[in-house]
Amino acid sequence: MKYIYEPAYKLVDLFHQEPDKIFDYIDAVFNRIKSVESKVKSYITLRSYDSVLKEAEEVVLRIKKGEHLPLAGILIAVKDNISTRGLRTTCASRILENYVPPYDATVIKMIKEAGGIVVGKTNMDEFAMGSTTENSAFFPTHNPWDLTRVPGGSSGGSAAAISAGETTLALGSDTGGSIRCPAAFTATVGLKPTYGLVSRYGLIAYASSLDQIGPMARNVHDVALLLSIIATHDSLDSTSIPRIQRCNFLMELLDTMKKRPRLKIALVRELWKGVEEDVGKVLHNVLDKLCSEHMCEEVSIPIVHYALPAYYVIAMAEASSNLARYDGVRYGLSTTKEGRNWIEVFSEVRSKGFGFEVKKRIALGAFILSAGYQEQYYIRALKVRRILKVEFDKLFTKFDVIALPTMPIKPPRLGEAITDPIKLYSMDIDTVLANMIGSPAVSVPAGFANALPVAVQFMGKPLSETTLLYAASLIEEITKLHDLKPPL
Amino acid sequence: MAESGVKIGLEIHVQLTALKSKLFCSCPTDYRGKPPNTNICPVCLGLPGVLPVVNRKAIEYAIMVALALNCKLSNKVVFVRKHYFYPDLPKNYQISQYDGIGSTPLCRDGYLQIRVNGKNKVVRIRRINIEEDPGRLTYPTGDIATSRYSLVDYNRSGIALLEIVTEPDIHTPQEARAFLTKLVSILEHLGITDISLEGAFRVDANISIGGGGRVEVKNIGSIKDVERALSYEILRQRSIVAKGGVVKRETRHWDSSKRITVSLRVKETEEDYRYFPDPDLPPITISDELVKQVMERMPELPDHRIKRFMKQYGLDEYRATVLVMEKWLADLFESVAKLYSNYKRIADLLITDFMRWVNEFRLTPRDVKATPQVLAKLLRLLDQGVISIKIVKEILPEIISKGVDPEDYIKKKRLTRIADEEYLRNIVREIIHKNRKAALDALTNPRAINYLIGMVMKQTRGRADPSITAKLVREELARLKEEK
Repeated sequence: MKYIYEPAYKLVDLFHQEPDKIFDYIDAVFNRIKSVESKVKSYITLRSYDSVLKEAEEVVLRIKKGEHLPLAGILIAVKDNISTRGLRTTCASRILENYVPPYDATVIKMIKEAGGIVVGKTNMDEFAMGSTTENSAFFPTHNPWDLTRVPGGSSGGSAAAISAGETTLALGSDTGGSIRCPAAFTATVGLKPTYGLVSRYGLIAYASSLDQIGPMARNVHDVALLLSIIATHDSLDSTSIPRIQRCNFLMELLDTMKKRPRLKIALVRELWKGVEEDVGKVLHNVLDKLCSEHMCEEVSIPIVHYALPAYYVIAMAEASSNLARYDGVRYGLSTTKEGRNWIEVFSEVRSKGFGFEVKKRIALGAFILSAGYQEQYYIRALKVRRILKVEFDKLFTKFDVIALPTMPIKPPRLGEAITDPIKLYSMDIDTVLANMIGSPAVSVPAGFANALPVAVQFMGKPLSETTLLYAASLIEEITKLHDLKPPL
Repeated sequence: MAESGVKIGLEIHVQLTALKSKLFCSCPTDYRGKPPNTNICPVCLGLPGVLPVVNRKAIEYAIMVALALNCKLSNKVVFVRKHYFYPDLPKNYQISQYDGIGSTPLCRDGYLQIRVNGKNKVVRIRRINIEEDPGRLTYPTGDIATSRYSLVDYNRSGIALLEIVTEPDIHTPQEARAFLTKLVSILEHLGITDISLEGAFRVDANISIGGGGRVEVKNIGSIKDVERALSYEILRQRSIVAKGGVVKRETRHWDSSKRITVSLRVKETEEDYRYFPDPDLPPITISDELVKQVMERMPELPDHRIKRFMKQYGLDEYRATVLVMEKWLADLFESVAKLYSNYKRIADLLITDFMRWVNEFRLTPRDVKATPQVLAKLLRLLDQGVISIKIVKEILPEIISKGVDPEDYIKKKRLTRIADEEYLRNIVREIIHKNRKAALDALTNPRAINYLIGMVMKQTRGRADPSITAKLVREELARLKEEK
């Protein structure tokens, strides 16, 4: 078990002193994968041991030449909607089942530069549409804490892989909670960065104005470490924040931890409605301790009620557009073209290639954007979004962070949530807000209810990642819950 | 003459061929002639996960056009997605611009003044959009209607296009031609497009007659064809009405080889493109400073150039206009004018015989081999009497198509004018001798003199100096009279 649950930031130090230890570490992780993957099913595509080893040799060589590599030899699981050159990228969809990108996403380039090694591509809800990873076209992923339960989603494979010790770090993507939800359900840490902080170039779009790639790990320090690597301006992404310098979030976090500033924390009343009783108990217990040292205050923002419906309107509208390109002409699932016109071919490819949830969202999105309905739905949703932004900007002038549940419920059993779409969509009530207003948000374990993970979420104003990481670290201090190993 | 009830509106698509790269990626713009699907990258192929980045130069060019067409600029550039499924469209949406809630075209409400049959006319510009060109379908075993299969070439995908939309202010095919000629001249003076490149200039024409259905004729590739297509449509629609029929609202295709329009589809409702602002492209502010910078860099425009030609070269409005409407011709004129100072003579040469041969050979400006030096030399040889105007006309096609030097040519072909009196006198005597009857006739009938001169010209293959020849013929006739 050596290496498997070690934090990345410690391994990086070790590997700079003894580079050859990287090989032992890789052996350990691959053995772990061998023993647990059949139970958890985190990966859609796992790289071969040999090709990972070959890449590790190059990393070792670079270290021996004196290069300092902030991710030296660290294995990173990548959600299967992030493009990896030469490595199949499916979005957990039949329509991209055999698609191999000819280019690396910007985040992948940066990880490779930093000496990180992609170990495989993780399972997810098809095109990131879902909160349980059950919408994968291939198979569901199981929660390492209770294999009968879902790991959350849509980045469920990444969260499960970290939790089960099948990787050290992972990348997820978050459109309405897809990093934070599975982090919460697997007792790991996940951060959705400020919109525009991390390049989306190479992230297969679900809803472009909401999507962000973010780091996932078993502790807050590792999340800070991975965020430092991927957060920077990218000229290939026009929504990337201009003139953002690289920032060492880990150093800043350690610095802040030393200074221990007193935080002003808001608790938005509306965001605590519908929380399961035992989940709420765990959260209040932790926050009571946090509030004994920091200033906490309850506030009310009624417009928050509209966040969830507005979110789904915007997400579906953009999805219907983003997913139009999958037609079987240039890449992905194809079909016989001879003797048929293109409309038949497109229809067949899209009928066979997309799963039910994806089709549903495309259809709803197309309806939302159609002439005569656009004002009623899409334009109104944009108004809600604008008002939310204004309200929360105001709030953030008085408070450093908002504390709220990540998930109002415990991880559902497989098949339990997926049958009730309203219940399923309601799970996202506390996570969509950050995406709607472009704010960063982090989920960190708060404890267990009925032996199932419960997490607290912090949300802050744009570019307040360091403050959020600090708040999350404070929770880690209180709970001592980090680098957790589930009873697999 | 305005044809009663005819309303024509044009949608002009112009590629910004002066750009080095495509509108949203760094692929080069010189896709023509390249093997299919070799001028592509993940972005213009719409691969999963790619993002567009706006070519800023394209926006500057578009602002130039907006200013040149007297449009009201928007304060920001907003790109929208226009959705329709088609195999040549890699994302199945086109990044374009739109006039709607939360979006705006680049500019609106412009106008262009044109001159038709000596009268001024204003054609209003409704809006100008910046958008990306789709790829191209090719039909290996026939055409759009007959080919058994089609192939897609994405080399063109993502090339920057301007879509210029007029109000339905045009009433005749001639007005359409005048409008397009001036528009193209403006675009060429701005240096942003070369419409002689295949596919760089495409027009969709909307035409209705007297309240009939609006017919859209798609994809007309040249100004001449716009005129032809409109004339055809007016005839077609008139004959339907004459037979008591009703013109349906439909989309038609211009078949440039058969020179007819063919029905593509009947339009019953407005297509729903589900426009919405592209979330991958945040709006770009058009600052006053940017507009000022663009204005400062604006080159001379046709209207100004026509006036300058009149003033600087003493040309009349007609000659100046004809030259300036073809920018390359105006440029050639000015280059020759630096070397040769009888400006009117340059203008006459260029707008008559020169252009006649260019059109005859169907040459694009790029293919014209005549250099300013050669043309200046040609005119000087004419002035010096070394060659006659007839010879000028004979050499001109050789100069235009092959770039021959007139001096070499006349030496080789012995085309220099014959001014040698001794030599010519012998020929004149010979002619009079052979045509005794005509010569005697000429003594009383001055008209017959011309016949004799013509015979001399024929014998010398046009090289005899006409005035010397005439003088010699008269002298010899006088001698004949004395002898008599």
